[in-house]
Amino acid sequence: MFDLDKWQEIFETIRQNKLRTFLTAFSVAWGIFMLIILLGAGNGIENGVQTEFEGDAINTIWIWPGRTSIPYEGLQPGRFVQLTNDDYDHISRNFPEVENVTGRKYMGGSAQIAYKDKTGSYGILGTHPGQKVVEALEIIEGRFINEKDQQEYRKVACLGRDMKVELFGEANPIGEYIEVNGIAFKVVGYYMDNGGDRDVRRAWIPMSTHQRVFAGKNRMSAMAMTTKGQVTLEESAEIVARMTKEMAKLHHFDPRDARAVNIRNAAENYEQYMSLFDNIRIFIWVIGIGTITAGIVGVSNIMMILVKERTREIGIRKAMGATPMSVVGLIMQEAVVITTVAGYIGLVMGVGLLEFLGDLVGSVEYFQNPEVDFRVAVGATALLIISGSLAGLFPAIRAANIQPVNALRED
Amino acid sequence: MIRLVDINKYYKTGTHKLHVLKNVNLEIGNGELVSIMGSSGSGKSTMLNIMGILDKYDSGEYWLDDTLIKNLSEPKAAHYRNDFIGFIFQSFHLLNYKNAMENVALPLYYRGIGRKQRNAMALEYLDKVGLKDWAEHLPSQLSGGQQQRVSIARALISTPKMILADEPTGALDSQTSNDVMKLFREVNKQGITVVIVTHERDIAEMCDRIIHLKDGVIYEDRHLPQNAIDHV
Repeated sequence: MFDLDKWQEIFETIRQNKLRTFLTAFSVAWGIFMLIILLGAGNGIENGVQTEFEGDAINTIWIWPGRTSIPYEGLQPGRFVQLTNDDYDHISRNFPEVENVTGRKYMGGSAQIAYKDKTGSYGILGTHPGQKVVEALEIIEGRFINEKDQQEYRKVACLGRDMKVELFGEANPIGEYIEVNGIAFKVVGYYMDNGGDRDVRRAWIPMSTHQRVFAGKNRMSAMAMTTKGQVTLEESAEIVARMTKEMAKLHHFDPRDARAVNIRNAAENYEQYMSLFDNIRIFIWVIGIGTITAGIVGVSNIMMILVKERTREIGIRKAMGATPMSVVGLIMQEAVVITTVAGYIGLVMGVGLLEFLGDLVGSVEYFQNPEVDFRVAVGATALLIISGSLAGLFPAIRAANIQPVNALRED
Repeated sequence: MIRLVDINKYYKTGTHKLHVLKNVNLEIGNGELVSIMGSSGSGKSTMLNIMGILDKYDSGEYWLDDTLIKNLSEPKAAHYRNDFIGFIFQSFHLLNYKNAMENVALPLYYRGIGRKQRNAMALEYLDKVGLKDWAEHLPSQLSGGQQQRVSIARALISTPKMILADEPTGALDSQTSNDVMKLFREVNKQGITVVIVTHERDIAEMCDRIIHLKDGVIYEDRHLPQNAIDHV
């Protein structure tokens, strides 16, 4: 039942005790606010990293060369291992469990690329057609480089979205020619890649063309491929182990030499990240629960002081005929009103700040869409309200039941 | 109205057990104006608190208007306090964040009377104690005498059968004390029983009956001839 009189009593006491009300409200609002920021930031990091992974197929195996670190068959350690087309052919032939085998060739530094009067420096990478799958490229228009480009040493390029926008704006780039260090390449398509800024500010060209035009001989900088279908971590690890052995044979290094060639499967990385997230989540919850607990303790403290401070008033009210229930009700209702309003304010401010942060950072790498599960936020607010009220309940009951004569003596 | 039968009351202070009221027997009739006198520690306030159901007693019987007041549940005690008794305290015990009118209206709040009606009645009673113009003032803006008159209005508003006053003039100067006592006599004339605890002889002598307490025992209980104060 809505009892206007009771509400007037409550607002009167709230108005009379502005500081105390503010302190109670603040500790509740702060607890909720911090919890939401924490959870939101945690989710932001998780979303960010997950998006980062969306940039590549997660069943990818990477190979990039290093230097030998163990002497082998009379050869000194410290030799640089050079990947070549032979490695590409060898893996394509001998590893039926992988597909989309691609090489990758960088240029020293980035290239100057011009279209009409616009120029900029971008990465120019040579590769094989399978790269589209490995990098999980999303072709917006046109096509990726294909087998025919590769065989015929065609000077064609598929551009990253940002590079396309910077050079062409809204115009259609397909069929246009760009100049890479003075050599003309025909644009056959452009793509989007969620892997981050760098991945959309570069162009892919055929490996054969790259090696010929930019004097790369038969060299490749790195290789990547995907396993056929979904494989388990163990299966993927087996492929990596066999590949390491084959590479050791091909390049004359000790198969136990971990530094000669790095072979890594992304699935393993992915799983590692996921377990890292589990830990981060636990960590955030521990801190969150700590924050809420601090809020509860704060509210409890203030409620206890509130009851103590009002003991004399309780005595007077009882002498005037107040029942214990009405005394407890008065204090509880005040506690619930304050914590509810404050909890709601904290909730709104926390969610508001997250929204603002989300807009502000946009798509910074490894941080995206900070958000909270609304049920969690509301649940935490409810928890604070309930525990704040409970914290007020016990001292209120005690105060309501002491003999009025003793309550009146309090000051 | 009031019947105390072999009332005993102890206070425990650490290991000591203080016997405050020793087999007190007392009867106060309807419409009496009684003062309870005694030095501090004589047990006079304790007796008043027991009469007002503000405190418990350890043995004996307390009958209020033919109802045995013993081991009452708190809601019941609250009901009797609200219905039967009006309290007046030495330090007034007004709620400092409520104005005079709201303070006077408080007992009616616990009777479930609506705000409008409550405040109208409060104004009426403030008028009776001559403070109508001070209705909107907070207790801190009133003098001691005015505050005590507000608390008398508060005690009267619930039309109690009995007024219990604990040192009502203790914080007031003699002129104001006299005014307050006059007010009590007027109230008493309307048939309300008034019990006043005091240690001031002149205050006690303005009542019709003086009960003298010493060390928890009534050693004198005398009726005074019709008082002169009415003719002042």
